[in-house]
Amino acid sequence: MTDAISSFGAVGRPVSIHTDDAAKARLKGRYRTETWFKWLGAAAVALAGLFLVLLLSTIVTQAIPALRQNYLTLPIDLSASKVDPAKLDAVNYDAIAQEALTAKFPDVKSRQDKRLLRGLISTGTGVFLRKDIAADPGMLGGTVDYAVPLDDFADLYLKGLLADVGSDEAISTSVTPSETSGDIDLTFGDDAMLTLARGHGATERENGTLTLTSGASSLLVAFNGGTVKLTALSSGTNGTAVAKGTVIEALDSTAPAASGQAFLRVIDTPEASRKISDKMIVWLDTLKSAGLIESRFNSIFFFTGASREPELAGVWGAVVGSFLTMIVTLAIAFPIGVSAAIYLEEFAPKNRLTTIIEVNINNLAAVPSIVFGLLGLAVFLNFFGMPRSAPVVGGMVLALMTLPIIIIASRASLRAVPPSIREAALGIGASKVQTVFHHVLPLAMPGIMTGTILGMAHALGETAPLLMIGMVAFIVDIPGGFTDPATILPVQIFMWADFPEAGFQQKTSAAILILLVFLVIMNAIAVILRRRFERRW
Amino acid sequence: MVGYLVVLLLVLAAAAYWIGRTRAIASVNGDVARLHSLPGQHGMFLALFAAGPALLAILLWSLVTPGIESSIIADRFSSELSGMGIPQVEAFIRDARAMAFGGHVGFADPTKEAAAAVYKSIHTTSIWIIWAVALVLSASGFYWAYSRIAPAYRARHVVERVLRAFLIACSVVAILTTIGIVLSLIFESLRFFQQVPFYKFLFGTHWSPQSAFTGAGAEAGAVNEDIFGMVPLFAGTLLITFIAMLVAAPIGLMAAIYLSDYASKSVRAVAKPVLEILAGIPTVVYGFFAALTVAPYFRGIGESLGLNVASESALAAGVVMGIMIIPFVSSLSDDVINAVPQSLRDGSAGLGATKSETIRKVVLPAALPGIVSAMLLAVSRAIGETMIVVMAAGLAANLTANPLEAVTTVTVQIVTLLVGDQEFDSAKTLAAFALGLVLFCITLTLNIVALRVVQKYREQYD
Amino acid sequence: MNIMTEAGVEQKLSSGTNAPSIKMKGEKVSVHYGEKRALFDVDLDIRENQVTALIGPSGCGKSTFLRCLNRMNDTIDIARVSGKITLDGEDVYDPKIDVVELRARVGMVFQKPNPFPKSIYENVAYGPRIHGLARSKAELDGIVESSLKKAGLFNEVKDRLLESGTGLSGGQQQRLCIARAIAVSPEVILMDEPCSALDPIATARVEELIDELRQNYTIVIVTHSMQQAARVSQRTAMFHLGYLVEEGATDKMFTNPDDKRTQDYITGRFG
Repeated sequence: MTDAISSFGAVGRPVSIHTDDAAKARLKGRYRTETWFKWLGAAAVALAGLFLVLLLSTIVTQAIPALRQNYLTLPIDLSASKVDPAKLDAVNYDAIAQEALTAKFPDVKSRQDKRLLRGLISTGTGVFLRKDIAADPGMLGGTVDYAVPLDDFADLYLKGLLADVGSDEAISTSVTPSETSGDIDLTFGDDAMLTLARGHGATERENGTLTLTSGASSLLVAFNGGTVKLTALSSGTNGTAVAKGTVIEALDSTAPAASGQAFLRVIDTPEASRKISDKMIVWLDTLKSAGLIESRFNSIFFFTGASREPELAGVWGAVVGSFLTMIVTLAIAFPIGVSAAIYLEEFAPKNRLTTIIEVNINNLAAVPSIVFGLLGLAVFLNFFGMPRSAPVVGGMVLALMTLPIIIIASRASLRAVPPSIREAALGIGASKVQTVFHHVLPLAMPGIMTGTILGMAHALGETAPLLMIGMVAFIVDIPGGFTDPATILPVQIFMWADFPEAGFQQKTSAAILILLVFLVIMNAIAVILRRRFERRW
Repeated sequence: MVGYLVVLLLVLAAAAYWIGRTRAIASVNGDVARLHSLPGQHGMFLALFAAGPALLAILLWSLVTPGIESSIIADRFSSELSGMGIPQVEAFIRDARAMAFGGHVGFADPTKEAAAAVYKSIHTTSIWIIWAVALVLSASGFYWAYSRIAPAYRARHVVERVLRAFLIACSVVAILTTIGIVLSLIFESLRFFQQVPFYKFLFGTHWSPQSAFTGAGAEAGAVNEDIFGMVPLFAGTLLITFIAMLVAAPIGLMAAIYLSDYASKSVRAVAKPVLEILAGIPTVVYGFFAALTVAPYFRGIGESLGLNVASESALAAGVVMGIMIIPFVSSLSDDVINAVPQSLRDGSAGLGATKSETIRKVVLPAALPGIVSAMLLAVSRAIGETMIVVMAAGLAANLTANPLEAVTTVTVQIVTLLVGDQEFDSAKTLAAFALGLVLFCITLTLNIVALRVVQKYREQYD
Repeated sequence: MNIMTEAGVEQKLSSGTNAPSIKMKGEKVSVHYGEKRALFDVDLDIRENQVTALIGPSGCGKSTFLRCLNRMNDTIDIARVSGKITLDGEDVYDPKIDVVELRARVGMVFQKPNPFPKSIYENVAYGPRIHGLARSKAELDGIVESSLKKAGLFNEVKDRLLESGTGLSGGQQQRLCIARAIAVSPEVILMDEPCSALDPIATARVEELIDELRQNYTIVIVTHSMQQAARVSQRTAMFHLGYLVEEGATDKMFTNPDDKRTQDYITGRFG
């Protein structure tokens, strides 16, 4: 770099201390430092950007699956023998739906398997069914095709989030079963299956048998209209392989399946390390290939309240709670904040009290939010005996927290109105109050609104103080008023993040996404307001 | 019931406004110029006096009645309640109130039902009283103000004075908030220090309040003083804050320098919003990110290096907290760096300094006090931050400096002690307030020092 | 100190002829600030070891021209310079030229004294440090001392070299800034109204100083004050509305200017 620079001191010129070779060497070093420094700065900015991208992409990719929910369409028998139209409330709708599901799999006999099978559909099915029948009694009297939500594990499996499943591959040899159901033997035409099993974590026994335990991948062979799960393999005579297996879905016959007629499906995730069993996977795949499962927009998530069951949990209760809380916050913080700002900026004499108030406001703005929660707990709940978990208390706590933000923003905005406006109004005989309320305040309003919206956005995302006043309670009902127990969106996120069920992880991300959308909207409004009305005096 | 009263008063105020206005105009036979104050101001004046005192009375009533009602109940049923502790009495009164207002209570018994009936009758009486008081106040206020309306009457002055009083009252809310915080923290902390000595709390090294009550029989309920030592919490808070500052301070400062002195307009147009978005993301989201992405990731790296990283390591919480604080540090530093006068940069450039030499040797030293105060504010922010550590840091109070282990913090313990059902005067609950007091004092000191430093620094260049 | 004297000697040798040689030369220099043109095709020679004063009413472009000479306009994003400025025959706006080295050779003193918020010693040592001019602490001490002496400040501050430079009086601060510029051993020193913020006594001291510095350095000074230009400079250039109106020996400019605008300005008709 420096070689090209500086043709100073070229031939015929005197060489000074700034142009000699030593100076050039020093300069080179200095520019190296310069470049380093600049790149450090760029790297810092890039890192901040990277963190943001990482954070948002993690949340968005996790949230997207939660926006849809898989439904299973079942023929549900609602004839009078099952549902007595006179006693709609006394009917066990869950049992009816479960019956319809078990009817699809007549082979499933054992009590344990039946329970597994029933577990495929959501435990909320009965509630939905009852509601829909109440809304449309015309459903009664016969068999209707009714879509029920799947249980969260089934749903997650179908979204590909529970297990790594390979695609079906044709087996290039013949397969002969010994029976059509129960524990059977399979004879493969060649021993390729042995190599394959070894590659998928099969344990080799002393007698040369390969066993596929629950710690290995699952190998499922589908042929003759049924599915067999391989449990052990050994080499047979003439280069064949003999496998033991458990029939999951009964075969039509014991006829040998020709090469290319049987299909192997490998579930890479071992059964022991996933939350869905091979049987459930086979059932779900069967239902899916029968076209009975469909993925729909997840209206449950958006329009219902909280639940312990991931597939039934919704954010609507939290959204309403947040909305009610924000109304209280705004109703308190905005008038008080703006009034305080007006007083301090326009009326307050420069005395000790004013200074104390100012210092106080600056310090309040930096008090940790959790301390405001302690204040709410000690004063609002315990001293004044206000209800726990209520939006009105949450709103008051957040209002106290937002107040300094609004005051500071409003004061800045009032200060930006030039004194000439005040002088003009005072000059034609307006009183101080009239000057402020007729002239200064309207001009400062866009800035005040912007500050208020940003303060509200801050309050909307606040969590910690609301934990203190009991808004962390598990509340299923959607709050109908300011004193009803409620939770709010960030607290809902906090609670869901703690739930162990895998389905809640997606729900949490989706709830975060909703919260972020609200914040983006609020910030966008603030930006637009600022752009639209910003005035440079 | 009282809601109707408020609505009625508002309607009255509107009517009074109209009446006052009309009367003012009538008093000068329509020649408005002869009025000292505008007709609207007379209207406002009348409305204020018709509804204001009554509304104030209602506000006062709603603040004090719950307490009065409870004490009456406690008094009337003192014989039944004599054997109970304070929490039980509180629960009893809560239940009685709930039953009186038509709620359902888990364990209803005849005493509670009787109490509920009494409660109901007291409450009805008190509502009648406030109705009567409000109406009397309203009528007399209206009558007094109405008789005042005259052409020469200075209604504007009265209205403006009331308005000014309202504005002052609003400004005082900020002070009341601080007083409320300080009083509630100190009051509850004092109750805590009656049970646990002050020095044991501040200097004890063992923290496990979940096992606060030891002993059996006669000793049941005695508080074990030795399990409220907050040193491990403080150490954990400092460890996580330190890690956070290790991330946030260099990145935030360098980003601020780059954006203010090097970045092109287009880079700035992208980078500034990025930082603003980072600043606007709620902390609960950072907490989720820390717990579900960063912590397992660090654990994985640790495993591959043969290190044992706790799944709730201080490192994960600290790093994510650092990311959260980056925009805070960078925006404060940006202000400070921009406050260094251009003439100093010119002076340095005029001597042939490169940009980085100017920044490192002139701008940063000149801005040092401001940068220090920015860092102090960031530290205060990190110490008070709650959600990230609640979600990503541990619960067990380990006294360690190893960032790969789980530590807990002051804020985590406050949340843990207070979330869920609690008795309000157990040592456990009160300990949370003592922790809150410590937290408040630390952050307040940091803020005051930082604000002082930055003020001095500003004066230097003004 | 050795380096300093050697450089001085070399400089002297290079200007061995009697007629002052041309140190810097502006040819058709124009400056745009965004859309606005601030300087129109200025041709001006700066002669070695002389003081050249740039005069003219406010906003006439004299400061702009001055800032072109060591490329201080680079720090303003919207400024665009065209034409050619040479230092010892080499174009300073040539992309191959390093601006850091240029500014080391063409130092600058600003309108408002701008000492760094560091000690007096550190203020003067700053330039030699960044340019790596001193090999040892003793050498640096020497540079600082001689620079302060040349700036006529040493006796006033020798007992408080470690006190802050911002604590000095205005005139002392400005001489400190001059000492700071000298410490880098520049060949040319640009001064942008160096006395405008000073009282008359401080101004007189700085003017004396400028006259002394002429022995070793080429000086270009922008000034508002006619008297100052007459007192300190050998050559004067008059700017008006971005044009160079007239340029010549100071004596002649003040007694018998060619251009009517110069006449008007000198006699106080506008300004």
